[in-house]
Amino acid sequence: MRAAGLWSSLLALAAALLLPWYLTHDGIAAAPLAGLAWLSDPDFGPGAGQVLAQGRWWLLPALLAPAIGLLAALLPLPRPARAWFFLLAGGLGLGLLVAQGYAIGVQGWSAPWLEALFGPMEDRQFGVGWGGAMVPAALAVLFAAGLAGRGAFRGDAFTATVAVCIALAIAVFTAMPLVLLLGDAFRDAGGALAAGALFSRLADDRLWSLGCLAGAPRCGVVWNTLLLGALVGAGTTALGLAFALLVVRGRLRLGRPLRWLTVLPIVTPPFILGLGLILIFGRSGIVSLAASSWFGVELGRWIYGLPGVLLAQLFAFTPIAFLVLIGVVEGLSPTLEEASSTLRATPRDTFRTVTLPLLRPGLANAFLLGFVESMADFGNPIVLGGQFGVLATEIFFAVVGAQADAGRAATLSLVLLAMALGAFFLQRRLTARKSYVSIGGKGDAGLAPPLPAGVRRLCLAVALPWAGLTVALYVLAISGGFVEIWGRDHTPTLRHMIKAFEISGGQLTGLAWNSVITTVTLAAISAPITAALGIVSAWLFSRTRFAGRGALEFATMLTFAVPGTVIGVAYLRAFNLPPLELAGTGAIIVACFVFRNLPVGLRSGMAAMAQIDPSLDEASHTLGGGGADAFRRVVLPLLRPAIMAGLVYAFVRAMTTISAVIFLVTADTELATVFIVNRVINGDYGLAIAVAVVLIALMIVMLGLAQLIVGRRRIGRRAAVAPSIQPPGVQPGGAVA
Amino acid sequence: MSELLAREPAGIRVEGVDLSYGATRVLKDVNLEIRPGEFFAFLGPSGCGKTTLLRLIAGFNAAQRGRVLVGGKDVSALPPWKRDVGMVFQSYALWPHMTVRRNVAFGLEERRLPRAEIATRVEAALRLVGLDGMGDRRPAQLSGGQQQRVALARTVAVRPQVLLLDEPLSNLDARLRVQVRRELRDLQQSLRLTTVFVTHDQEEANTVCDRIAVMNEGAVQQVGTPMELYDHPANLFVAGFLGTANIVPGTVLREGGAAAFEVAGGTRIPLPPGLAVPEGARLMFRPQDVSLLPPGSDPAGRRLIEGEVAHREFLGASMRYGVRVGGAEVLVDVPHTGGEGHLQVGGRAALALDATRVKLLAG
Repeated sequence: MRAAGLWSSLLALAAALLLPWYLTHDGIAAAPLAGLAWLSDPDFGPGAGQVLAQGRWWLLPALLAPAIGLLAALLPLPRPARAWFFLLAGGLGLGLLVAQGYAIGVQGWSAPWLEALFGPMEDRQFGVGWGGAMVPAALAVLFAAGLAGRGAFRGDAFTATVAVCIALAIAVFTAMPLVLLLGDAFRDAGGALAAGALFSRLADDRLWSLGCLAGAPRCGVVWNTLLLGALVGAGTTALGLAFALLVVRGRLRLGRPLRWLTVLPIVTPPFILGLGLILIFGRSGIVSLAASSWFGVELGRWIYGLPGVLLAQLFAFTPIAFLVLIGVVEGLSPTLEEASSTLRATPRDTFRTVTLPLLRPGLANAFLLGFVESMADFGNPIVLGGQFGVLATEIFFAVVGAQADAGRAATLSLVLLAMALGAFFLQRRLTARKSYVSIGGKGDAGLAPPLPAGVRRLCLAVALPWAGLTVALYVLAISGGFVEIWGRDHTPTLRHMIKAFEISGGQLTGLAWNSVITTVTLAAISAPITAALGIVSAWLFSRTRFAGRGALEFATMLTFAVPGTVIGVAYLRAFNLPPLELAGTGAIIVACFVFRNLPVGLRSGMAAMAQIDPSLDEASHTLGGGGADAFRRVVLPLLRPAIMAGLVYAFVRAMTTISAVIFLVTADTELATVFIVNRVINGDYGLAIAVAVVLIALMIVMLGLAQLIVGRRRIGRRAAVAPSIQPPGVQPGGAVA
Repeated sequence: MSELLAREPAGIRVEGVDLSYGATRVLKDVNLEIRPGEFFAFLGPSGCGKTTLLRLIAGFNAAQRGRVLVGGKDVSALPPWKRDVGMVFQSYALWPHMTVRRNVAFGLEERRLPRAEIATRVEAALRLVGLDGMGDRRPAQLSGGQQQRVALARTVAVRPQVLLLDEPLSNLDARLRVQVRRELRDLQQSLRLTTVFVTHDQEEANTVCDRIAVMNEGAVQQVGTPMELYDHPANLFVAGFLGTANIVPGTVLREGGAAAFEVAGGTRIPLPPGLAVPEGARLMFRPQDVSLLPPGSDPAGRRLIEGEVAHREFLGASMRYGVRVGGAEVLVDVPHTGGEGHLQVGGRAALALDATRVKLLAG
């Protein structure tokens, strides 16, 4: 406790004395001032300089709080007194710094009553930089040390620090943006609070119209979203079940290749399948061309709209349903079925009366997953949706469209969030109930019965063509990047590849270099942060007990359910103004990557942690190892494969995401996925595919390397399990190994 | 081995402990005094709270009420790593990513001991459990019994004030268990280490422990030496849990100065004078306190009860008969000295009960 307080105070003090307090767009190294002049500069100076040289008295806590913490740590005080000082210095310092940050903005006082209270303010503040971020963070640790000293968290400073930091991070990077965004839904166009605004927007006919049933051109976006979600959920569940039954029970030799298919959606940006569909069924797609030239039939634009989006999502999300259901089918205890057959049930009867009912919770879970994935998907609807609007794309157009309407975006986000949370809670209830799968317990002997012949034929008839189609789609989508002009001139060429990745005269002159390098850099920065936060919070939630742990875990998991589009809009809303003026920087994208992927890392970390007998850390506790030692010496080494997998997975997910970051990129920070989508929208398919191919190749290499290093073949599998809300049947062991 | 001798044997006191998980009361007003240097057992059926009590002493559980003292010092508020308590886990909890030597050295490294001392103490601990030379192996390369010794060595190496053993024998096969429990006892005696042993096996507790606390449903039923518990159980639970007991329902009749116990069905058993009669008591005696005679025999001075042999089990050293008497069934052990037994199932038999050995116990 004392050590934690000492180090955090020192860190805070050093940051206040040395790091630039405000955001400097040129970075620290580029401070244009010679010598020590920057120390007192109004733009580049650290906290100390701002207070002493610039008279910014409201930054005084940045100096005083660490000083008090340092004194309390160094003076010979009794433990409770020291803890009180830590609490006070950390808590008050943090509180005051946050308060001043929001009270004094770019136009001086941010509210009239502040001016009335403190008098006029001549000064103004921009977003915080390294110093302004580091000092409060270190003060939070000081506060945590104080909490531990008061006996919270069993007196363990490490646990306290981890808990406080995760709580703050979730509050700042998930809760606050969402609350601000949802607050916008209650404001009218002028920005004033008006509850009526929400209702008038909610009642908007564009949301709820059922006109299409009566022959009008389109229905409301809410109905579109729900219809699409339900169709995708049902379709992926049925297809996934067919695949799962075949692989586990079908006595096929296709198990391994089929499992490999499940890696594809992980390494491909989600809209690649939409692109493939355009290349086949679009106006210049091969099928459309063939139909018109051979049969004189014009297929037209049917692919743009519900059919296209539905097909693309079915192709994209069936592997996820397959993964969920394969776990459920593998988890069925064969003895239950053997018992049925010893009672004279035929294989068909057993399948109908025992197997299927046991699968029911897993099926419901897979359906909900498909539903949620479909709702959150942005890439396919934007590429293929045409006139068929869904919530995710409508939100996008409300933000970037001709009449940017923040209130409408917020309201639509509210609706989408409500639906996603509804599905999330439903699924939680489903998975919380004891799943049938574990009835048999472990050490269950018995051989799974083969599928009844009729069922097997049906599964084969469904699954094999579908698998073939998926592969064909990928192959076509990729080959589109290597012909002159798809649909007109199919001469093989590397033209697009060269256009994207040309290197001439030692310069990276290709069009895509910039975005690919940005993507890899930001993904590489975010991956270790995500993995570390995920592992640490997994440890916190599965191995420690403290008041509020359940709520914190729930809040972390909840971010799972928030669709990317909503997060993107929320970040734009929250980080546009000081003190956290991150919009336009790479930092906001890194934050988005980290907190979008954190629940995934957390979940796989917890699954891995469940594999480690708690008595292993308890043994270290009885031998004198506190929280930090048990974590460092026992848990971390045992989790090494999980950490590696988490790292790779965070990287890969960051590389392929589009829905949230499309709102956050600027010309400087354009990401590869955004680059691709923009090219697709412009009809420049060749270039888009060339970049996508390079991305996919890069990620496959990453996955391959990771598997070499970890020495296991399960990463692809585990990674794909992770994005879903853990299905009941997917055994943590199977996913982690 | 002198490196590993307990510094000063410490006692353990548990005072008025109540512990609940939600609405479930797991420990109910538990009070215990474990003397310094004693080998003490928590004995009871699964779910009786014995492991919870052990983990409370180790610091993994927190009680809602009451406190725990180790060596006279209140440790209730301390986390496990601030207590000086060694624990051997049921699963041994050896760290698979460390060698045996690293496992044993862990606690010494946590205590920031000089490197040389760590080395000598690790070797001494391994020698103590007969594993010298195995230091470079990984736990997975050891047998179950060897893993158990490593866990023990790892714990005694830090010279804890007290040693807690959570069902340490349950993962061993029956033969090894007998051998290891004797070794445990020898080790405890040579180190003079206060040791608490959790088990559901009365034979284990009887053979190694100085004293036993019998627990049921979160409450301590009785504390005593194995012999005290067997001979003078405080209630029916203790009587039934330690050894085999005949427990016969019925009513106590008083005729003048003499009292008798009437079994449902009418048979009366005279009670020795001065026997305490608790409310709702039942009659308790051990199978070896009854002798079985052919019907019709009439040894002087003993009251015979007639019954029918319902079943019999051959136990090796003795034959155990189940004799139906009225509504009750009485178990009788007859020493086996060779040859076919005396009585057949379905035959009549007369029971001679040693009236001085019967007890009246409440539930």
